Amino acid sequence: MFLTSDPIDLTAFLGDARPSDGAVCVFVGVVRNESEGRESVAMEYQAYGAMAESEMARIAKALGEKWPQARVRIRHRVGRLEIGEASVAIVATAPHRDEAFAACRAAIDRIKKTVPIWKKEIRADGTSEWVDPTARDAGHGARNK
Amino acid sequence: MHVRVLYFASFRDAVGREEERRQLPDGSRVADLWVDLSRSFPHFARFLAMPPAAVNREYAGADAALREGDEVAFLPPVAGG
Repeated sequence: MFLTSDPIDLTAFLGDARPSDGAVCVFVGVVRNESEGRESVAMEYQAYGAMAESEMARIAKALGEKWPQARVRIRHRVGRLEIGEASVAIVATAPHRDEAFAACRAAIDRIKKTVPIWKKEIRADGTSEWVDPTARDAGHGARNK
Repeated sequence: MHVRVLYFASFRDAVGREEERRQLPDGSRVADLWVDLSRSFPHFARFLAMPPAAVNREYAGADAALREGDEVAFLPPVAGG
């Protein structure tokens, strides 16, 4: 399972390097207090659960084929997250650091691109808005507002 | 035939439901369902292009054929991480 509604336990996540691993590379995405200049107080994550699971499994498998010595673990949180909470955690282990860094970086980049997960920023005044990473690309579909 | 359509995020807010069963002529493709939804929901009619679609939890193109019982979703821009 890649998705969880519980807080991500980073300690447990870090503990499973293999004896042959000499490098453990970790990326943790956390909720921050602003988005495009506007203050936010929380982030609400929603997923197309079954498809998100299979997409992340596909990504993990593809990374294993590209970097055969690396092993990549992924957890993504759903539900309401407060500022500073981890929304995504990736741990890539490998015998050497080059593969661990590369696999970790590729994992987060691919997750952001294809995994069906959405987030809504909640503002202090009670308003909220779905985050649209494509909003600045001219001509890419219609805007929500 | 009938397909099960799922809505997420801004699309869910726009149509006011999480999912529904929709009837389509046999032989319909993903693009036909998008046209059908655009007639029902003004929110979708404003789109210049069809958003990414998934059939049975895998990305599918506009030309992908639909079958009875398929689970279909059009996906707003993803924003994981």
